[in-house]
Formats: sequence, C-alpha cells, structure tokens
Amino acid sequence: MGKTVRRSTTRSGKRSKMQEARDSFVFARYFFMLAIVALIVLLAGFIITLGPLDISVADAYRALLSRAFPGAFQVDPLTERVVWNIRFPRIVGGILAGFGLGVCGCVMQAVLKNPLASPFTLGISSGAQFGIAVAAVLGISVFGGPYLLIGNAFLFALLCSAFIIGLASVKGASSETLILAGIAVNYFFTAMSQLFRYFADDEQLRLMTSWGMGDLAAFSWSKIYIIFGVFAVCMPLLMLKAWDLNIMASGDETAKSIGVNAERVRVYILVISSLVVATVVCFTGTIAFIGLVAPHMARMILGGDHRFLIPASGILGASVLIAADGVAMNIIAPTVIPTGIMTSVIGVPFFMYLMLKGRRKEFWT
Amino acid sequence: MMIQLQAKGIVFGYNSSPILKDVSFEIGPSRLVTIVGPNGSGKSTLIKCIDRILTPERGTVLIDRKDVTKMDRMEIAKNLSYVPQSSARTFPSNVFDTVLMGRRPHIGWLSSSDDEERVWEVLRLLGIEELAMSGFTELSGGQQQKVLIARALVQDTKVMLLDEPTSNLDIWHQLDVMNIVSDLVKKRRMTVLMALHDLNLASKYSHGIIMMKHGRIMAAGDPASVLTSENIEAIYNVEVAVRSQSEEPFIVPLRQIKPSGPRPHPGGRLFTSGKKRSRLPRSLAEIKEIRLS
Repeated sequence: MGKTVRRSTTRSGKRSKMQEARDSFVFARYFFMLAIVALIVLLAGFIITLGPLDISVADAYRALLSRAFPGAFQVDPLTERVVWNIRFPRIVGGILAGFGLGVCGCVMQAVLKNPLASPFTLGISSGAQFGIAVAAVLGISVFGGPYLLIGNAFLFALLCSAFIIGLASVKGASSETLILAGIAVNYFFTAMSQLFRYFADDEQLRLMTSWGMGDLAAFSWSKIYIIFGVFAVCMPLLMLKAWDLNIMASGDETAKSIGVNAERVRVYILVISSLVVATVVCFTGTIAFIGLVAPHMARMILGGDHRFLIPASGILGASVLIAADGVAMNIIAPTVIPTGIMTSVIGVPFFMYLMLKGRRKEFWT
Repeated sequence: MMIQLQAKGIVFGYNSSPILKDVSFEIGPSRLVTIVGPNGSGKSTLIKCIDRILTPERGTVLIDRKDVTKMDRMEIAKNLSYVPQSSARTFPSNVFDTVLMGRRPHIGWLSSSDDEERVWEVLRLLGIEELAMSGFTELSGGQQQKVLIARALVQDTKVMLLDEPTSNLDIWHQLDVMNIVSDLVKKRRMTVLMALHDLNLASKYSHGIIMMKHGRIMAAGDPASVLTSENIEAIYNVEVAVRSQSEEPFIVPLRQIKPSGPRPHPGGRLFTSGKKRSRLPRSLAEIKEIRLS
C-alpha cells in the first residue's frame, strides 16, 4: 500500500484539485438554494399581479410594504385589500404548503428507503378524507364553525399515522412493514369514505366534495399562523436528523454500525412529518405531486446530503406549487383550475427534462 | 497479555433456530484474525453480534475490558467499526459524502474542517482521492470496497470488523484490499477481525484463524495449526492437499468428499449436530478457550 500513500497536499497550504472540486460543489449547493429562494420572491411578486383586478408589480409591492411602513406609500385601498386579504395569503399559504410537502416527501423517502414514498404513503390523505366524511355525514366533529371539517381532517390524518407507527413499534419499524401497513390503511379508509359517500344525501355529498380538491383557496391569515407555528417547531426537529438520514440510506445495518439507531430515527421522523403533513392536508386537501417529485428534483441537482436536501426539497416544492397555482388561477380565467391538477401539468415536464438531461445516472439504481 | 477484543459465550438464533452456540475467544492488540467456515456456519452473524447490529441472546463482548453490551450505539461506533460485504444505497451519494458519514459518532450537526481533512487523509491513504466526487454506485466493486473501508477508518476505532471484504473482487483487488487491511494492523496497530471464504488469503495474511461450523468454533490458532488437511476435510467435506509456501500453508482443493447441494431432510431439526461432530477428528473437538494474542 506504501505506493498509494501520498503526502498531504494541505501541509503545503495548497488544496488539491479534488478538494477544490468539492469546495466548488459545496458553494454550488448554497448558490442553488439562494437562487431558488430569489426565484420564489420574484415569482410571488409576479403572481400577485395576476387576477381579475389589474394590479401592477409596483402597486403590488407598494401595497405589501404599506403595512410595514404606514403612510410611506400611496396605495389604493381596494388594491391593498385585494393584495393583503386575497392574493398574498394564497401565495404565502402556497409557499408553506409546498415547503411542508417537499420536506416531508424528502424525509419519508429517506426513512422508508423508497423513491416512490411520498408524504401520503402512510395513508394520511385517506385518513383526512375519512375524517371529512365523518363530519359531513354523521355530524361528528371535534371543532365547530369554520374548523368543522378541517379539525376532523387533521385528527383523522394523525390517527391514521399513529395507528401505523403504533403497529410498527410492536412489529418492528422496518421500512417494508411501514409501507405495507400504509397501503393497507389507505385502502381501509378509502373504502370507509366510499361507504359514507354511498349513504350520504346531496347536502352531505356537497360538504364532502367541498374539501379535498387540492387547492389553495382556503388560506386566510389565521390558518397561515397555525401552519407557521407547526412548521416553526417541526422543521428544526426534522433538520436535526439530517445526518442520520444520510446514513440510513445505506441500510439499517450500516446505520447501526455508525451509531444511528435506525428504527428509533424512523419513528421519530414519521411522528413529526405526520404532524406537518396533517396540518397541510387539512387546509389544502391532497396535492399529490409535490411531495413525491420535489425531493427527486433536489437530489438530481444537489446530491444526497440531507443537510442541503431537506431545505432544498422544501424550497423547490414551494416554487413548483406557487408557479402551478399562478397558472391554474389565470390560464382560463375566470375559471380557476384546482392547483393539484396544475402541479402535475407543470411539474411533470420539468421533472422529465431533469430525468433525461441529468448526468447523475445512478439516481434510480 | 493484553486483550483488545473478547467475546464470551455468545449465543444467537433466529426464531429459536440457533445460529451461534456459545462462541468465545480473545484477540490481542494489533492482530489480524480471520473467521473461516462453510456457508451458513455463522461467520457473518458472529461479526454482527460483536458490533451489536444483531443483539445476542446471551454473552458479552469486551473491548479494552469495556463491556459493549452496556454502551449506547454512538459509544459502540467510537470503539468498533464495521465494513459490510457490500452497501446498496437507496439514494445516491458521492464518495466524499459516503466516507464523511463515518465521522458521525464524533460530530454534531456540522462537520468541522478537521473532520473533512480526516476524510481527505484517509482517501489519500487508500489511493482513492481522485474518486472523491464520483457517485458511489458508479464505482467498480474493488473501489466500492475501498470506500467502505475508508468510511470505517474515519470512525477512528481500535478494532475493525470486516464481513467478507474480498468476496466480489478479482484476484488483484483481493490482494489490494488485504494489503490495505494488513497495513492498518501493522502501521496503525489496529485489531482486525474479518470473515473470509478464501483459505489461502486467510493463510497469507492472518495472525490467527478461527474455523467455524454450525455456529461453533471448531479450531483456532495460527494458520499452520488450523489449516491442516484433516481440519479442512472435516469442516468443508473437501479433500485438499496442504503445501507449505514460505511457511504459510497453501491449500489446493482436490475433490468433494460428499456430493454438495441439498441432502434429503432427515426430518426434525436440520442441524442435529451429534452425528456430524462425531465425524470430526479428535483434535477438532470443540474449543472453549481460544486466545489469539
């Protein structure tokens, strides 16, 4: 082996060619994330101008800033109301929902070691749908008023993943057990919802279908505060495990040998991401594409280090979602297409492009 | 005599079918010891039990007289490193990031420049610095094995466990990997315990050999005393000629004693060891006290 040992280049204070390549790769990761954040800001500024009321970019930003600096800008009160009460909450809600779904898709794929995993793999969306059915048909709900449906969607979504996590802690939290249990629970709750739908009258059916089309119309500031509060607690907790997720992609045995208790981390991630997804789903319904594909996009561009991958999946999820929402609202205005449909229409071509163009051919090995 | 790694009475089984039956041994510092034995003899299981990837039903493992069973995972990872047979990753990662994972027991959320420098140092040591930015799954088998050894090396442990590190490699890479491991023992004074199929590689590189069958240690000692034609015939059912090649035994397989492959199931438990053990030469009676120091 003697011939393979070379003198450390850093002793002479010079970085080797490979070290420089690695430095620029790390720089590129930061640069890419900043670029996507900048893109979201620009995109938001543009989307806010679109709609039935003609608002220029300058007017939109003026209206936004007028709250921060009262009296500093002359703004038309109608413009201000539209920007602050209708368009801006929708965009902020879209950014938060896209971020949450992207992040949860990323951590779920990592802990379940499956590129097809998404935030809904544990059956969360069918749990939420069943919660809605219970509220609509039986009139049983934990909350009243505007949270009649949302509260139930949230609770049943959590109940659904709690059941799977409980099952896994008895049977052993291997990724195969979790995925199989998720699929089974998904079928069960879908069947139960269909049963309720079968017996529902017209009014109850209308209530049931008013939720779950996967759109961002429901966002108001009070709902955004709730989501923001949940994210503020959960996102740092997910980021804390970034290293362990990197290691777990090599398999549970390797993870254990490097000091990571794979099963415990898996349950930890599932508990927290379920909370995040349930919060998003109860307000938006099922937006399926983002959580599956945003992490793959991030992985193709940034590589497999979850310290970068988790936030990048979130940021990419947010940008795809608000871009799709902008198109969905305006492409055949005044008809608004549900955002869930448009995310796939916009996202799939971009995803296909990355798949064909990407030089990292090992992604689906 | 100092003992670096000690296993005492390890018992392990899957669903009540026993795999390891009361395995004990001691290994001194700066030794390279290989475990040999037929498929299914419990070599890999023993290594996993020592690293507590599998939890033995009974028995203890001591490193520097510290009990591994009382350590948490991070603590074990600081004392014992493990090189798996192969590592299939679900998602891609480049070589540098893969090796950096081995620093996990020593770092918090952010890796320091010292950690990264340690990775570069090990990549240079193994001659794979040029591969640092390549994807792990794009590498050849030999290169992947070196990356896995590099990851174990940056854990900075005194004891390294390897599970059949040469099993998928051509003859050049087999020697390459064995030379690397042998150098770690000589120059870094590491203690290495590895499972190996190739008896000639085991003979060439090991200070001590543990020969296993049916979850028990059947013979142990230096290569010349373990790799005899009687032992190999009894353990593997293969007739061999053992020659001496610069004082190391050199094994030439001649023929199978019994046809291999599935035999008619006698009914009841597959491993009713009584009959088979009686076929062993007397010198191979199961060994209780094994010191390889």
